[in-house]
Amino acid sequence: MGEDDESIVREFLVESLENLDQLDRDLVELETHSTNSEIINRIFRIVHTLKGTCGFLSFGKLESVSHVGENLLDNVRCGRVSVTPDIISALLSLSDVLRSLLLTVEQTGSDGEENYNTLITLLTSLNKAPGSAAAMGVSQTPGVTATDSPIVNLQHPIEEESPAEILGEEAPVDELEAVFRAERAKYQAEQQSVAKVSEQKEKSVAAVTPPATEDAKKSELTETALRVDVHLLDKLMNLVGELVLARNQILQFTKNQSDAELISTSQRLNLITSELQEGVMRTRMQPIANVWNKLPRIVRDVAHSCGKQVALEMQGKETELDKTIIEAIKDPLTHIIRNSVDHGIETPEKRLASGKAEEGRLFLRAFHEGGQVNIEIIDDGGGVHLDRVKAKGIERGLITAEQAARMTEREILNLIFLPGFSTAAKITNVSGRGVGMDVVKTNIEKIGGTVDLQSKLGEGTTLRIRIPLTLAIIPALVITSGGDRFAIPQVSLLELVRLEPEQARKGIESIRGTPVYRLRGNLLPLVHLNKLLRTEIPAGINDGTVNIVVLQADERQFGLVVDEINDTEEIVVKPLGKLFKGLTTFAGATIMGDGRVALILDVMGLAQRSNVVSDNKDRAVHETESKNKDTGSSKQAMLLFRVSDTRRMAVPLSQVARLEEFPHSAIEYSGGQQVVQYRSQIMPLISLSEVLADPRLRLVDSAQPEKQAGDTIQVIVYTSNESSIGLVVDRIMGVVEERLVVQRNIVRPGVLGSAVIEKTVTELLDVESVIRTALSGYTESTPALAA
Amino acid sequence: MPDDRQFCTFLVDGLYFGIEVFQVQEVIRFQEMTRVPLASPVIKGLINLRGQIVTAIDLRRGLELAERPESSLPMNVVVRTGDGVVSLLVDEIGEVASTDPATFEPPPETLRGTARTLIDGVYKLKGRLLLVLNTDKAVNVC
Repeated sequence: MGEDDESIVREFLVESLENLDQLDRDLVELETHSTNSEIINRIFRIVHTLKGTCGFLSFGKLESVSHVGENLLDNVRCGRVSVTPDIISALLSLSDVLRSLLLTVEQTGSDGEENYNTLITLLTSLNKAPGSAAAMGVSQTPGVTATDSPIVNLQHPIEEESPAEILGEEAPVDELEAVFRAERAKYQAEQQSVAKVSEQKEKSVAAVTPPATEDAKKSELTETALRVDVHLLDKLMNLVGELVLARNQILQFTKNQSDAELISTSQRLNLITSELQEGVMRTRMQPIANVWNKLPRIVRDVAHSCGKQVALEMQGKETELDKTIIEAIKDPLTHIIRNSVDHGIETPEKRLASGKAEEGRLFLRAFHEGGQVNIEIIDDGGGVHLDRVKAKGIERGLITAEQAARMTEREILNLIFLPGFSTAAKITNVSGRGVGMDVVKTNIEKIGGTVDLQSKLGEGTTLRIRIPLTLAIIPALVITSGGDRFAIPQVSLLELVRLEPEQARKGIESIRGTPVYRLRGNLLPLVHLNKLLRTEIPAGINDGTVNIVVLQADERQFGLVVDEINDTEEIVVKPLGKLFKGLTTFAGATIMGDGRVALILDVMGLAQRSNVVSDNKDRAVHETESKNKDTGSSKQAMLLFRVSDTRRMAVPLSQVARLEEFPHSAIEYSGGQQVVQYRSQIMPLISLSEVLADPRLRLVDSAQPEKQAGDTIQVIVYTSNESSIGLVVDRIMGVVEERLVVQRNIVRPGVLGSAVIEKTVTELLDVESVIRTALSGYTESTPALAA
Repeated sequence: MPDDRQFCTFLVDGLYFGIEVFQVQEVIRFQEMTRVPLASPVIKGLINLRGQIVTAIDLRRGLELAERPESSLPMNVVVRTGDGVVSLLVDEIGEVASTDPATFEPPPETLRGTARTLIDGVYKLKGRLLLVLNTDKAVNVC
């Protein structure tokens, strides 16, 4: 095959595949509007064109299969056969077969050896109309052109086209002709500016073919549009990135220059570069319709296979997104749609029973908002059964029953996004295999987006996705730490806080070495970038001023302490090579205005490294717990006590059985364990100062020297299953009643989190965990308590 | 071994190394570097090579040799590897050496450490030994 032939075949493939996508959409539409001759004609023309071109290019197999379809469609078109769901299904499978044949052609250069007799027989048997029998199921010889087609009864004079014409045009022929006619007339009338012409074109087309406005617009587009290789666009994008960097360098340089001409030239360069950047970025923009167009077919297939009726509506098809983002959301979106139809929308009987229309409604909406794209998937189905989700969460070990009882609606809904979760009562072949929503969430977060789920039982579910427009060039905050500059993407940036030396000394508190800052009443854990990256603090610059960059990582806030905050800048993200895989603290690198390289911090990676957020599962549970206390808490009575001079702790009074004081002489030992006789029981003692001091949580044993020199020890008695345990503390401080805002940012064994109680940071004791760990070697005497 | 291979040669801590010329993109003098905290110590930093960000690898560290004295600045041998373009930091650049395949020998068995894996073989040149560096492996030590 010569080079020319190859390029013809390639063009034919691209075009035909596009046409088949259109065919799928039309077929699905035909199912609801079974008498719409407009659609039927369009379908017929697609198959007819395909068949004709195949003949021309000698793809006999493709031709014979499409020929059978064409025969059936011809009869449909002339009203001899009426449209039934069976016919639609058969035609859709024809579309599938044609697609796979085209892919075979793409890979091997020929249309393969497989035979499609089943489909051919099926299509033939559906084509029951009299008079068409002669044209059925006959394998045509290769080389047949459109003019040789056995169809006589054509509404449009398709025979007149030459194969080359069919080849070159994507749009249906009659409409193109209309456009051509209109154009010719218009050009004769006046020779206007290009902009005006295209404007008029639209008008004249609308006038000639009023019923098919949408289609006319499409053919308009193909006339002014041009196919461009994606690689070329990628290259252009890279070059523009370089240009942006060079521009930044020039701007930096001219800052210190006084030459007026140089300054004005560099300003012009600045403007042109920005415009060019925007323009090139727009070439990579694609309407979301590119992804959505595949959905009607998916919705139909899924709905059919689970016996449901679903109407799909779309709004904002023209909303544009960067190509890479389009690619990235394709799979998550498909999954969500399948889920909505499979789990969301109920069966017709159920819908009727609950007073809804038989047909479910799936509504897709896309729109721009604040530099981001919102995509909403709304169904009017059964909504999420919160109790079922809870039960599933408990069953899968994602949450405990106790946690479940305290969770808010939103938190329960978010359980769906945890790995290993599936609510489907039975696993269907469509969805519900336990992989899915977590993958959806991770994929969308990977491109810097967020997913939010809202649901009302019996009324439906709304899933909202927010994603950035582009990834290549992003605004970032530049900071200095340890003498190096780093860029922080602005999406994760919340605010900047600067503390003067005096404020810093007072404002930054510490919980056992972990610094926290009270930002408007909430505890903000602080992470020192120097410490985290193990870079030294340059001498001389630290006068005690503290610069805090408040960042958001996965619904958690933390303060990054940096040496200096410099400026914001548009940066071009360059990936770090394979050599840095496993280095999660950096998202990439960029070249700064002065030509030096700066690393881009990965906020999520930083948060993970500094334990602001822990593993997925843990994180979600902690999050839900802490939020629950944030929102739903009423005032709670807390017992305050000191464990050592530095540690102020609290425990809910409801967990405390009694407060006791024992003389030192009362302490006895049983198997190396400190015990006291208490209410005719032997009560083990746990010294909190020692248990909490040691990260491994040990029991006080006799070998340890006595820390308390006083005459008595103060003990909080904790009772469970009729056995008592004594927690030895340094000093009981009293009981307060306060609304608790628990921060779980600093999690250590034995500590649930911290809260501000009486305006002082106080740690919350995790009684159960302390006892469980401390008494693990003391099972004989307290079977009920030991874990 | 193919005959008459040409090597771009350089010195690292007194050792005479060579990389086949077709693998070398260019040789440039010392460049300002941005260090990468937490990365392997073999990675010395990132340099801006005409708008491209290139990782610089300290061959002394990669070969477990003595640290380069503070006073001397390394040279960059920019090579194309399977993992993209990488810069190898060396002490001094030598000439392009032509070799005679007859003088090639695999590295001695007694050679140990990472050097054993990074050196493909030895050419016995007049008066000195030319060690053939495997760039792909050199890049992967980090």
